[in-house]
This record gives sequence, C-alpha cells and structure tokens, in this order.
Amino acid sequence: MSLLDLITIAIIVFVLFNGILTAVLGVIWAERKALARLQQRVGPSRTGPSGILQTAADAIKLMLKEDVRPGSVNVVIFYLAPLLIFTPIFMLWMVLPFGPDWVLSDLGIGLFYIVAILGLSVVGHVLAGWASNNKYALLGSARNAAQLISYELPLVFAVLAVGLLAQTATDRPFSLAGIVEAQGSVPYLVIMPLGFILFLVGALAETARIPFDIPHAEEEIVGGAFVEYSGIRWGVFFLTEYAGLATMAFLATILFLGGWTGPFSDQVPILQPFYLLVKMAAIILIVFWIRAPLPRLRIDQLMAFAWKLAIPASLVNLLVVATIVWVQHQNGWELWVTSVTISVVSIVLAVATGIFIQRRREQRLRQFRQRWAQ
Amino acid sequence: MPAEYAFNWAAVGIAAIFGFGGVASFFVISWILAPRRATSLTGIAYECGILPTGEGNTRYNVRYYLFALFFLIFAVETVFLFPWAFVFLDLPAAAFYSMVIFLVVLFFGLVYAWRKGVLSWR
Repeated sequence: MSLLDLITIAIIVFVLFNGILTAVLGVIWAERKALARLQQRVGPSRTGPSGILQTAADAIKLMLKEDVRPGSVNVVIFYLAPLLIFTPIFMLWMVLPFGPDWVLSDLGIGLFYIVAILGLSVVGHVLAGWASNNKYALLGSARNAAQLISYELPLVFAVLAVGLLAQTATDRPFSLAGIVEAQGSVPYLVIMPLGFILFLVGALAETARIPFDIPHAEEEIVGGAFVEYSGIRWGVFFLTEYAGLATMAFLATILFLGGWTGPFSDQVPILQPFYLLVKMAAIILIVFWIRAPLPRLRIDQLMAFAWKLAIPASLVNLLVVATIVWVQHQNGWELWVTSVTISVVSIVLAVATGIFIQRRREQRLRQFRQRWAQ
Repeated sequence: MPAEYAFNWAAVGIAAIFGFGGVASFFVISWILAPRRATSLTGIAYECGILPTGEGNTRYNVRYYLFALFFLIFAVETVFLFPWAFVFLDLPAAAFYSMVIFLVVLFFGLVYAWRKGVLSWR
C-alpha cells in the first residue's frame, strides 16, 4: 500500500464518479424519450440533437435555482440527508466488475458487501423525511422505509441463492467476478428464472420505480421525503434514484445475465465491457417499459405482495437451491445435472406462483362482483 | 493477499469520501451561484399552498412499526445465512440440516403471523 496506489485509486474513483453523473444524464434522457414513444409523444427535442442535452440543461438550471429552506427544518440533518442517500449507492460501484480485469476492488465477500451497503440508504430517506418537519415528507419517508425494508428481503434471498449456486462452479462464490466466471456460457437467468423475477421485483421496489412508487406518489404527497428540498438538493435525490436504477441493472446483469460473457468475448477482450453495457441497457429499457402501462400499487397491496408472496417464494427458492446444491455435493453429480434440476424446479415454482396469483385474482373479482350485485 | 486486502478496502473508503465530497461540492457551487431573495413567506413549510397547521412531525400508522419488527427478525436471519452459505459445503451434514430446520421454523413463524392477521394492512 503505497502513496502511488492511493493516487491511482483516487483517479479511478474520480473517473467513476463523473462517469456515473454522465450515465445518469443519459439514462434520464433515455427514459423521457422511451416513455414519450410509448405514449405516442415526441419527448425532448429542442436542446441538442433529439434533445440529448435536455437533462444537462435541467441540471444546470437546478444548480442556478434559488435555494429555499423552510425555517422549521432541522438544519444539520436536512443538509446531511442527501449525502447519506447518495454515498451508499456510489460505494456499491467500487466492487462492480466491468470485465475480468476491469474491477477496482474485487472483494471476496462482494455479495455481502452489496447487501450491507444497500441497506444503508434507507437511513438517509428516513432522516430526510424527519428533518423536513413536514407532514407529507414524514408520511413519504415512513412509506419509503417500510417499502425498502420489506423488499430488501426477497432481493437478499435471491442474491444469496445465486451465491449458493455459484459454489458448484467456482471457489470464489461470493465475489462478483467469481459469479460471472461460474456462470460460463449458461446464464443463471436460464437456471433460476424465479430468482431473476424476484430480484427484478425487489430492485424495482428498492429504487421506487413506478409500480412501487407510493413513497413518492406525486399526486397525493407531492414527492414524499423530498417535498422541502429544492434546487440542486432535489437534484441529488433524483441523481440517486437513477444511479440506483443503473446499479440494480448492473447487478442483475452480473448475477443473472452472465455479465461480460458473450460471443467471442474471450478472444476479443475489448468486447467484454461492451456486452455488459448492452445487457444493462436492455434491463433499464425493460424497467422503462414496465413503467409505461402500470398504475401505482396501494400501500396495503404493496406490503401484502412483499410479505405474502415475494418473501415466502424467495425462501422456498433459497431452500430448494441449497438442498439441490448440497445433494449434488454429497453424491458428486455432474454440474449439468444440478443446473437442469434447479432449472426444472425453478420453472415449475414460477409457473405455480403465476397460477396461484391468477386464481387469487379471479377469486377476488368474483367476491367483488357478488358484493356489488346485491 | 494483505496488500490486495488493503487496496480493496482503501478503494471503498476513498469512494465514501468522494461520494460525500462530490455531492457536498454541488451544494457549495449552487450556494455560490444561486440568487437569494428571501421573503417573509419563503420559510413556511410546503403544504400545497395552504398555511400549515399543527406540528410538522405528526403521528402516523403503527403498522410501520410492526413491519419494522418483522424485518428485524428476517434481517438477523440473513446475517446468519450469509456465513453459512459461504462454507456449508465444507462443514459436516449437521450444519446443513440445522440451517434447514432454522429456515423452516422461521417460515412457520411467518405463516403464524399471517394467520394472526398481522400482515394485512388495516
């Protein structure tokens, strides 16, 4: 550990920081453009070619906006909260690998690190709501805390199942690079579709994207925890939201889509980050697509979905994967036998869950109609 | 290995400093550039344009507290699960079975809470 090492790290971290800022500007532009297309509008079109500079212009405008702070807020916590929200998301990027050699800090316990740091951002949201001394902000932060902690569990169990599965093929099952190597040419999306669905749902809820955006709910509590924040501090909340979305898409790519592997990725190493970013962009576009047609869930539906469906399903998923990996280890099966077994069980479970939801929905509809027919 | 260890965690620490410092620098730049024209109404809490009544930090539903308690139980479970998942293939069979029993007991705890109606939002 020399001074040179520290300077190298500082330069890489600085580049990553600016890279994330630029990426967030791009992601916001892409969302506005994609959403406009899905709603048969044009979207931003004036600033730069196809309006690509629109979000940059918005960021500069937020910088120059008057900084309004109500007199009743708790000043220290009010200023600290945006920092506490953004920093954990940024710290996650240190362990994310762009390629086999393109990783700043390849922690052996990368999965555990991610789960631990991810849980920190809820503190910032609660502090922001409490320090604002505003009813809407308090309600928003309470909802946000409840949602983040509830959906953290399916997310964590899905991630843990990936770690268990990776033990069959690598000796570094909890490092993100190790997980990508363990996947080889068959991504875990194929082996564990139920885990991927649970991860995606958890990721949507953790970043408060639209089916799960009751903590922001612009129409009833006008933005939730950041009602009192204006100017660039409001901008930091949105920066964090989109940086979180990019992080979740990156994680989904690493854990379930095989990361940087693709056709000829071993022969031409420069293709590796390219493949990774393409897969990540695909996931981000799916998230925008989910946003367009779906309405917002009520808080009771939200909690019921987390506790009555997602958490039991993820626990069952974890138990099944652990058992099959254990049996394979005891009996010395081939790797492909394990993969096929888990794949079949996972698909059966996912289909069974789908049928269960559908039947429950029809049952509810019947009850509803009967009640209104009388 | 120790050198690599120090490098990895130094990166995490420097990232924390950069995350804090970077966002704080936005605030400083904005503070330098932005105009300030405070009026007597600027400092009032925002409640859709109506003058706020009562305290800002009001009371809210106790349900949130119950869900937080539940989360605590499962969060402790994950803390146990992670080290176990790291080494369970090298441990004797008892480690695997005891963790499965632990998971099943927790699962029935969840089912019990469900039957008691704690999980429905009323």
